[in-house]
Amino acid sequence: MAEDSSISELEAIASRCRGEILRMTHRASAGHPGGSLSETDILVALYTTKIRVDPANPKWPDRDRFILSKGHASPGMYAILEEQGFISKEDLESYRVMGGTCQGHVDMKWTPGVDFSAGSLGMGLSYGIGCALAARFDGSERNAYVMLGDGEIQEGSVWEAAMAAAHHELGNLKVFVDCNRIQNDDFVEKQMRMFDIAAKWKSFGWAVREIDGHNMQEILDALDWFDGVGNMPAVIVANTVKGKGVSFMENNPAFHGAAPNDEQLGQGLAELGLIQ
Amino acid sequence: MAATRDGYGQALLEMAGDEKVVVLEADLGKSTKSVLFRKEHPERTISCGIGEQNMMLIGAGLASSGYKPFASTFAIFTERAFEQVRNGIARPNLAVHICGSHGGTHTGTDGSSAQSIEDLAIYRTLPNMTVMHPSDYLSALSLTKQCLGLSGPSYMRTARNKTIKLYSDETEITIGKANILRQGGAVAIIACGVLVGESLDAAEALATEGIEAMVVDMHTLKPLDNDAINQAVGSCGCLVTAEDHSVIGGLGGAVAEYICANQPVPLEMVGVKDRFGESAQSDEMLEMMGLTSKHIVAAARRAILRKGNN
Repeated sequence: MAEDSSISELEAIASRCRGEILRMTHRASAGHPGGSLSETDILVALYTTKIRVDPANPKWPDRDRFILSKGHASPGMYAILEEQGFISKEDLESYRVMGGTCQGHVDMKWTPGVDFSAGSLGMGLSYGIGCALAARFDGSERNAYVMLGDGEIQEGSVWEAAMAAAHHELGNLKVFVDCNRIQNDDFVEKQMRMFDIAAKWKSFGWAVREIDGHNMQEILDALDWFDGVGNMPAVIVANTVKGKGVSFMENNPAFHGAAPNDEQLGQGLAELGLIQ
Repeated sequence: MAATRDGYGQALLEMAGDEKVVVLEADLGKSTKSVLFRKEHPERTISCGIGEQNMMLIGAGLASSGYKPFASTFAIFTERAFEQVRNGIARPNLAVHICGSHGGTHTGTDGSSAQSIEDLAIYRTLPNMTVMHPSDYLSALSLTKQCLGLSGPSYMRTARNKTIKLYSDETEITIGKANILRQGGAVAIIACGVLVGESLDAAEALATEGIEAMVVDMHTLKPLDNDAINQAVGSCGCLVTAEDHSVIGGLGGAVAEYICANQPVPLEMVGVKDRFGESAQSDEMLEMMGLTSKHIVAAARRAILRKGNN
């Protein structure tokens, strides 16, 4: 059980990250705020308490890997990378700008701290298997963390990867499914019903834990749980709210891929307690 | 006689001393010949089941972590994972080495579903990609081993069936540098894969009529050896390309792109004429598709005739 003060500290970081997500997408008049806001609490907990990375040496060979497979939710990742010191505030201003550090979708060739060039859904888990196997070959205890979306796992190749990770007993592969219940065109329930997501992973041979992906204590507990599952891959199925923290974005499919306007930015930042 | 896929398998074995070499299979290791590596080094051989998309990206993750992955399946099934190769391997320029075996109509009786006639074309379009199609056992062996020296990804097509050995251990074979197998001044035949042997037969037949043909083994389609093409154009003034692949986008397409932009000369393409194959023996397929030495001879005559008319 974390101290109340440390929980509130993490929540404060998460609010700042959410503010940056709004500012980035507003500035670019484009991007994906909804899925960035839903993943933020997990990213904050992971980066501030668990993942072994070094902002001063982002290519440290024995670092844990973090693979944002739902790579369109890049503002969420850029925000935490800035909090951690991998990139600067100025870099955040380059989101979707020609020559900028922060590409539209996360890209390992452009951004320090990014380990995977995403943008096409369903690819990150397989890549994570490669990273996890490499760690095993190296005799290293480093981990590969992968963030998937609940719409994303409609891609069939995700399940090729799910099979392979269990077959190869990759206990160092640790996955989140950000179940925010909305995908590009509409609610997941309308586009392609996923039924029992946790049961699917279980049946593929994974250790599974379901949490509230916005409850910081539950996230911290689940991150610790990851470390004790042994030689099977593990997945946290996180129930989240798309657009979390900004009332008019919450559960609103329109903000999967739409930026806030001037007025909405002001309202959002006020709701997050970042401006008066 | 030996198959290029055997050269690939042997190369994997010979590279095993490099502990960073890892082999990925998608349930076709016995066919692509990666099985040779698996038998000796099972701990460094990764079964991906029947899942090519997953295999390509596992390779990408390994390459990003300092490993040297060699992934193989049938040429046709690599195409299933084209977008994974495009976005997950070529775009971040990760040195994953892909081998597509059983390429071309020469594959034979499995029929049209297995006869990749477009693999070389599609991989050629990807930035950062090296694309190869060796003609015999030794060149396949040598080119595969040279992949260790590449800083980016590669695609190599190998063939299922045995073909004659064209090279000796002493021959220098280098990625990106064509081998001129025969000199001649009347017409240059630029070929790859199983049609290199057919091209040499064609040159023999032409020689009996006093027509001397240059024969070039263009085992690397990308980067294309422009110097070799310049030499062929300079010496002969007309070209024939020969490949067990669609005439759209493969070797013929690559040579045409180059000469059109630089020094246009008559070019006749021997290749699959925008159609699918069927079940038949290898020699029957080459005949059906118009890919035999006889067809190359006819193409050479047409090219020479057009040169005369210019």
